[in-house]
Amino acid sequence: MSTMQLTINGKRHALDVPPMKRLLDVLREDAHLTGTKEGCGEGECGACAVLLNGELVNSCLVPALQANGATLCTIEGVAHEQHLHPIQQCFLENGGAQCGICTPGMVLATHHLLDKYPNPTMEQIKEGLAGNLCRCTGYMRIFESVQEAAQALSLNPDP
Amino acid sequence: MPDTPSLIGASPLRKEGRAKVLGAARYIDDIELPGMWHGATVRSSIARGRIRSITFTDAVDWSEYAIVRAHDIPGENIIVHLIKDHPCLADGLINHVEEPILLIAHPSKAALLKAKAAIKIEYDPLPGIFTIEESEAAVEAGDADRFIWEPNEAAGSATFGSPNCFRQYQLYSGEAKETEEGLARAFEEAAFIVEGEYSTGAQEQLYIENNGVIAECFRDDQGNIASVCVQGSMQCPFYLVHALTLVFNLPEDKCRVIQVETGGAFGGKEDFPSVIGSHAALLAMKCGHPVKIIYDRAEDMAGTTKRHPSRTRHRTALSKDGILLGAEIEVALDGGAYTTLSPTVLSRATLHAPGPYRWPFLRVRSKAMATNIPPHGAFRGFGAPQALFGIERHMDRVAKAVGLTPEELRRRNFLRTGDVTVTGQKLHEAFDMDAMLTRVLKEHGYREKLARFAEENKTSPIKRGVGFAAFLHGAGFTGSGERRLNSEVVLDFDIQSAHVLVMVSSTEFGQGTNTILSQVAAHTLGIPYEWVDTAKVDTSLVPNSGPTVASRTAMIVGKLVERASNKMLQKLRDTAGLPTPHTAEDFKRAVIYYGEKVMKGPGDNEFSVRYEPQAPVFWDDVLYRGEAYPGFAWAIYVAEVAVDMNTYMATCVRFDALQEVGRVLHPVLAKGQIEGGVAQGIGYALYEKCVYDQGHLRNNQMTNYIMPTSADLPEIHVHFEEVPSVHGPGGAKGIGELPMDGPGPAILNAIENATGVSFHSIPLLPEDIFERFTSLGHPHGGSEDFNTSVDRDTEVEAPEVTA
Amino acid sequence: MRSDVTQYELTAPATLAAVLAQLAAEPGKHTPIAGGTELMVALGVGRLGAKSLLSINHLRELRFIRVDDDAIHIGAGTTFSDIRRNADIARDLPLLVQSASWTGSVANQNRGTLGGNICNASPAADTPPALLAYGATVTLISATGMRTMPYTEFHLGYKRTALRPDELLHTITVPRVFAGWKQHIRKVGTRNAQAISKTALACVAKLHGETITELRIGAASLADRPIRCYATEAALTGASLAASDLESTVRAGRAALAQEAKPIDDIRSTGRYRSIVAANLLEEFLRSLAG
Repeated sequence: MSTMQLTINGKRHALDVPPMKRLLDVLREDAHLTGTKEGCGEGECGACAVLLNGELVNSCLVPALQANGATLCTIEGVAHEQHLHPIQQCFLENGGAQCGICTPGMVLATHHLLDKYPNPTMEQIKEGLAGNLCRCTGYMRIFESVQEAAQALSLNPDP
Repeated sequence: MPDTPSLIGASPLRKEGRAKVLGAARYIDDIELPGMWHGATVRSSIARGRIRSITFTDAVDWSEYAIVRAHDIPGENIIVHLIKDHPCLADGLINHVEEPILLIAHPSKAALLKAKAAIKIEYDPLPGIFTIEESEAAVEAGDADRFIWEPNEAAGSATFGSPNCFRQYQLYSGEAKETEEGLARAFEEAAFIVEGEYSTGAQEQLYIENNGVIAECFRDDQGNIASVCVQGSMQCPFYLVHALTLVFNLPEDKCRVIQVETGGAFGGKEDFPSVIGSHAALLAMKCGHPVKIIYDRAEDMAGTTKRHPSRTRHRTALSKDGILLGAEIEVALDGGAYTTLSPTVLSRATLHAPGPYRWPFLRVRSKAMATNIPPHGAFRGFGAPQALFGIERHMDRVAKAVGLTPEELRRRNFLRTGDVTVTGQKLHEAFDMDAMLTRVLKEHGYREKLARFAEENKTSPIKRGVGFAAFLHGAGFTGSGERRLNSEVVLDFDIQSAHVLVMVSSTEFGQGTNTILSQVAAHTLGIPYEWVDTAKVDTSLVPNSGPTVASRTAMIVGKLVERASNKMLQKLRDTAGLPTPHTAEDFKRAVIYYGEKVMKGPGDNEFSVRYEPQAPVFWDDVLYRGEAYPGFAWAIYVAEVAVDMNTYMATCVRFDALQEVGRVLHPVLAKGQIEGGVAQGIGYALYEKCVYDQGHLRNNQMTNYIMPTSADLPEIHVHFEEVPSVHGPGGAKGIGELPMDGPGPAILNAIENATGVSFHSIPLLPEDIFERFTSLGHPHGGSEDFNTSVDRDTEVEAPEVTA
Repeated sequence: MRSDVTQYELTAPATLAAVLAQLAAEPGKHTPIAGGTELMVALGVGRLGAKSLLSINHLRELRFIRVDDDAIHIGAGTTFSDIRRNADIARDLPLLVQSASWTGSVANQNRGTLGGNICNASPAADTPPALLAYGATVTLISATGMRTMPYTEFHLGYKRTALRPDELLHTITVPRVFAGWKQHIRKVGTRNAQAISKTALACVAKLHGETITELRIGAASLADRPIRCYATEAALTGASLAASDLESTVRAGRAALAQEAKPIDDIRSTGRYRSIVAANLLEEFLRSLAG
């Protein structure tokens, strides 16, 4: 076991975990943040995606030790208190979430995408989200949600 | 309902949507109970045989574990659906790879890994059967050693089953003898006789959330089992209740099941939860603690249900003008090792095999064969995608033989209002497939593309083509199914807030159940959408409104919600002065008055209704004639494909889906359903191959089971038409499954248009297209020649280094 | 999740020197882990045999992109995203950028490293074909020093590399000589994104008029390791792309590649498909050169 320090959604955590424990399991079991999901355990579906030091990663593939000292943003950190982030609001209004299991990872991937490309082309959207599998939507409503969110953020940028 | 805009046809926000985008929705693996243990399943590594021995080596301290074997089951060792042939745990005999043999539980998940590794099972294998053809061959040869399934009186399968065959149907377009004579004449007089064989492969539902449950078992003071409670990811809680009553020999009211937030289902969580739910409950019984079983992706893919593979044969007689004179259709499904839902899937396949056409004479013969593969089960479409693939591919072949365009052939043969279907169902509703065909071909630019591609393909290395599929999809249970289900819905109001609760057993798993049922209630009651909610689906609290399957929720359950709402209004009008018309405030006043002055006891604020057919629905199960479904949705789907002749990869580049659905209750949800279903249909056609090896699914990982990503799918254009049906609220019919029916045949029709080559089997992979084009003189060489035992790029090993 | 994570050791020595010292002290005992996009998959399916791991993910000494007049030097710990973001690599080594962009998803590109991709040594790996075509050299480092070899000598067999148990891959060096060369790369996978290669071809060619004067071809999934297609290169060097010669040039190239490539049937595809498709990709390249 080693003690690792993590800042998750602005809050400091000191956790005693085996160094090879998957970051996904650290989040869900040790930090009790179950918003991040396991869909495949092999880095294919993106349901476990989080932002690690601002970069989108699949948390099922990150050993705990390598996240020591990192700043993480999980889905629980996207909304501001009770106010939905524009990305979340757009997903809600445009049918971007059906069963919802891919949604946390998809929202974070969208966050990461719009940080890099505030006005993304459809090609950039497709590529940016290609690592997040959705079985319910066929992606069309998700693309619309992302485009709406890009517009909403351009009018009202993230602080 | 005076000043508020209609809720029916509006797109209010999903009831559970906010929780989902916040990541706050709690799925089963997010839930922990105090003192909870974890469970695991030990499964067969062979496809067929006997268990010779099970050894628990001393690598672990077994006293720490709870172990459940077949002999521990207090009730019957059966997972019940229609037939009692499916063991809950294998007891000596093995009939499929991954068959559950025993269950283990422990407080620690890691300890379960150790335990599984410490159990050694030895088998005496028997020869297995893995395809429809092998199963048929055994029957034809009378080879009893290869009768892997036999009918059994006690199991209830003796009436309809025969060796290796779970079920058969025969569908005639009229009286049997007359029809046979008519067919003989039709084939004699025909100007054209066209034959074809078409096949479809297994498909994995691939919900992003794997199967999972948490079970508890409660004992009385004497230590006897008093009740069980299972919560989990599922579509049909009452199916699991029924399964538990047999496994535990408990009455229904002692088997409580709760559906929790479910991350996708598509049919894969219709019958399967009866297995995993029973398993977890048995472990809870053994260890005295709550037990959670969650499958990982590899286990879920290897061990749970898939779409039934199929083979359809057509023999069709036509006049010189391309009018259908008659046909013989044979449908065969691969049901896997046990009956489960095969008879019902086969029924739907049989009824959809004729497609949306007029048949003067028709005979359909169908059968579901047994193989040593984990039992196949429900998957969106439920037999219709398989059967419709056959007829719609065949119609393009027929068109070619007869010298008509695919379009003209359909126009001359479409069913029309006032016609009678092959089962003798009169089509009263005013649908118009001819007009729909014109509309969707225009939306797609079909004719213009046909001409342009014909020219461009001469020189381009990318061959483009267009194709379409015309089909129908019966909503609700077949024939008398809804009558048998006798669904019940209850609504109640809160006497202070006037908020209304809709109590149904219909579950939400992304398709919008909570939302549309709330919409229907709010719309009918004339109150804001925000005042209505659906109850958590807990079988101890909600009535049985039937399973959430068969595209029945909007139509059948929605109608029940509408009727219950009207019953509520009538009571308020009769006893609490609710005026007509009324405002939301009037409603609230009446409810408060009712609560204060009229209500006598608990239950007086509950309004229950049971299923009543809204129009005559008569179905003869024996003759297979009558009203097969309360309503049909009608659709025509158009696909544009590009086939890269350097890589032999076919991609769908644009898709148009037009369907007539009675009434679109919620445009955003409805669009989402069609788009999602089309995406799965594109996967079914071009990407998703289940690679089996002697019954083992070799590509049971997401890396190797290829589902389309956002970079693979085309723009999907969705168009609706509405011809209201009496059966559903606002006229709605079901739409959840129909989008699976169209893409397969439309895409393969388009590929034929693009390349001039006709393919008859899906999934159609580049290797299959390659082999047909390069004719290297090998008999195979397509995707059936993948070497399933070699996976050197995802079989992860520690890299070797030189010394 | 099929492994007991408490059975694994993972430490992160603070410096490269410290890692190398550990590798030297107990050769073969420790397995380096960079981004983890391979090894953590193995952990998840219960097949990570290596029980003692050394994290090299954090080592600044391995994560760099340095440009001098002659070459671009890429640290083994450079991620695919680093490569995609780098203007020098975009200008000089477009095939490497392309191959990095189709390796897995954005999330995996943020973690996966060039060194990991090469050292995991799958014959289907995405970056080796480009690096082979570019004539890269690799520098290996151990506690006792550094050695450099042509990348073509690095892959010895199926998932076997020239790395000694006490060595790490340090730098991948690519010469800056390809301005004016024709460059082409194409991957054929199971789908458009997040796909394992069925085959891939990276080609760089120098033309003099309509004659190919130099040609290098790197390929994935045509053998048990990433390969340079030497025989095909030889058959096409000096070949003419003039209209009257093009067909025979194409034929010669296809024939040579068919002889040289030895792809297998596996769970994703067949040897015949790979063989012909690779030849089609080669033909596509040759015709694009002919303009």
